[in-house]
Amino acid sequence: MASSYRITRRQALAGALAAVLPVAGCTDSDSDSGGKITLQFQSLAWQAESVTANKQLVKEWNAAHPDVQVTYIQGSWDSVHDQLLTSFEGGEAPDVIHDASDDLADFAYGGYLADLGTLLPARLKADIPAGSWETTTFGKGVYGVPFLQEPRVIIANAKWLKESGVRIPTPAKPWSWEEFRTVTGQLSGGGKFGVAWPLKEPVSVTLNLGLSAGGQLFHRGEDGKVTVRFADGDAVVPGTVQAQINTDHSSPTTTLGSGGSDTLPGFFGGKYAMVPLGFSYRQQIVQQAPKGFEWTVLPAPAGRDGLAQGVSPQTLSVSQDCPHKKEAMAFIDFMLQPRNMVRLAKGDWMLPTGTEALKDPALHAEKDGWATGTALAGALRPAPAQSVRGYPEWKDKVATPAYQEYYSGAIDTAELEKRLVRDGNRVLARYQR
Amino acid sequence: MSLRTSKPARAGQYAALLCYLVFIAFPFAWLISTAFKPPRELATLHPTWIPKDPTLQNFRDAFDQQPLLHAALNSLIAAFSAALIAVVIATPMAYVMARHRSRLSTAATGWVVVSQAFPFVLIIIPLFLILKNLHLINSLPGLIMVYVVWSLPFALWMLVGYVRAVPPELEEAAAVDGASRLRTLVSVTAPLLAPGLVATALFAFITAWNEFFFALVLLKTPEKQTLPVVLTHFLGAEGVADLGPLAAAAFLATIPSLVIFAIIQKRITGGMLAGAVKS
Repeated sequence: MASSYRITRRQALAGALAAVLPVAGCTDSDSDSGGKITLQFQSLAWQAESVTANKQLVKEWNAAHPDVQVTYIQGSWDSVHDQLLTSFEGGEAPDVIHDASDDLADFAYGGYLADLGTLLPARLKADIPAGSWETTTFGKGVYGVPFLQEPRVIIANAKWLKESGVRIPTPAKPWSWEEFRTVTGQLSGGGKFGVAWPLKEPVSVTLNLGLSAGGQLFHRGEDGKVTVRFADGDAVVPGTVQAQINTDHSSPTTTLGSGGSDTLPGFFGGKYAMVPLGFSYRQQIVQQAPKGFEWTVLPAPAGRDGLAQGVSPQTLSVSQDCPHKKEAMAFIDFMLQPRNMVRLAKGDWMLPTGTEALKDPALHAEKDGWATGTALAGALRPAPAQSVRGYPEWKDKVATPAYQEYYSGAIDTAELEKRLVRDGNRVLARYQR
Repeated sequence: MSLRTSKPARAGQYAALLCYLVFIAFPFAWLISTAFKPPRELATLHPTWIPKDPTLQNFRDAFDQQPLLHAALNSLIAAFSAALIAVVIATPMAYVMARHRSRLSTAATGWVVVSQAFPFVLIIIPLFLILKNLHLINSLPGLIMVYVVWSLPFALWMLVGYVRAVPPELEEAAAVDGASRLRTLVSVTAPLLAPGLVATALFAFITAWNEFFFALVLLKTPEKQTLPVVLTHFLGAEGVADLGPLAAAAFLATIPSLVIFAIIQKRITGGMLAGAVKS
């Protein structure tokens, strides 16, 4: 495919960066005056409730800390990587940075982010599970505080499922992947489908859900080098999805190129019984579902490793150039106090990573599926390969076209394995010389 | 040569024109339709062109959530200034390149075309560092400077074409009648060049008005941000969007371009015809 050899925007920017590195690197000193410290906090919050929660927390911090004032800067998920990289290189990066753990590797290895290892307060360190910390640990350093995460769940037409008589899964008794395939087959027919897989970005869905079946794909050797291997566990999730689309016809081919939002009209219109989506999509469903539409949140199917699935949490990091790292960390600690973490989680319709925050009764309500999501929190793991160097290129050039062709029925499992492993290892090898 | 066209051919031309108009109008019409739809109508299996339950709530939400007016003012200042400066700089350069042909002007024209091939991402970091040294990061003048530099090559290239289209014989005739060089430029060349100047300014304006990436990287504080940057605040991770308010804000963002086109379109056409008759 032509796209396999396309130079990505990120690679071009990295090339430009390498060209100007010799002249860069000088940063302005902090311009605080009168002993007052000013920190810039760039937030990527975008939903109205979330923006309000973030701004309110900044306001509360500023009221309580007259000597350390925080300025709220509205960032955007669109092009955030390019924007941050340019800002880092120009010495103009915000002090406190909101991002996602799968975007941090380049910045951590590039020396742009501060290692928070020694700055983290004991409370915060203990509050967030070790698995979440793994998502922001690169080498020996911790380069961000993971604070919000979203599992992939199945949003289902409750009435349809109830009338069909299929067993309704719960986090305690989820469907297996085989049972899920059977159920979607039972729900299909007459131009209707049991499930619609939005597979515009097939790699993260496949890899993250693949953990449940023991899929690992990336294996780190004793020498620290990572290689791709395709074992039985790696074939379960893609095999199930592929069979639903091409063998059972219980999932439409039309959503292969769709994003999550694109499947909602068909879901609301009674064309699809279920759609696997991120937990935060519930906000859109609450807003857009027709009056009287009954929907429910179900856990994703389980495999030999139970309900395990990969996530890339949202993170707060501190710029390496920030002259007031201690104060920046204190601000992060304030933002992520259990009560505040709950406010942020509710604003973004996501789950907090903090164990104390997860105990909040609001997150255990049955309404809008909060309880189901919260029950999955313990099964969430770091997304596979997010710390593997070369992963973005492997994803763009090898895995995305391979999975797309596989799900469309153009290639079989053996060819998928060949491409992921043979072509994938060639890509990874270049990053691990 | 006869300009008459047979009726079937004329009908075919109109049909083709209609298809083209529908093709280019479709996204804008859909945008308007979306801007007035309540959330429930945004995710239906059988969407309608006319909202069943039209609402202004998307516009209210858009204005409540983001400083759209302020961002529009910033965009207007940046785009208008960039267009004006680009035309002022490009016009004399274009005149010289068109009228005094030499190897240098040929090389310069070639370089202008080649310079258009550089993608944003290759120049953004060096540009960022230069502007930082000039203390022009997070400032509209800095952004305007970038927009001028970015649109100048193409503006120059456009204007060279317009200047060449003005017959030099007209200037020579004015000179024979005793007009000075300056008088010739002001009274003879400039009026004929007016449509070209307007078209070039329009190009520079639209380029700056729609530009996103430079503004995203160079402007930090909310009060400096331009409209395209503010529009992305309605977008979440993985392409999820607050579609209603986004459509409402995007619809408002297209209005200035439409108004400017509507106002000067007549002038561009009129000026072109005037030039054609004189030549």
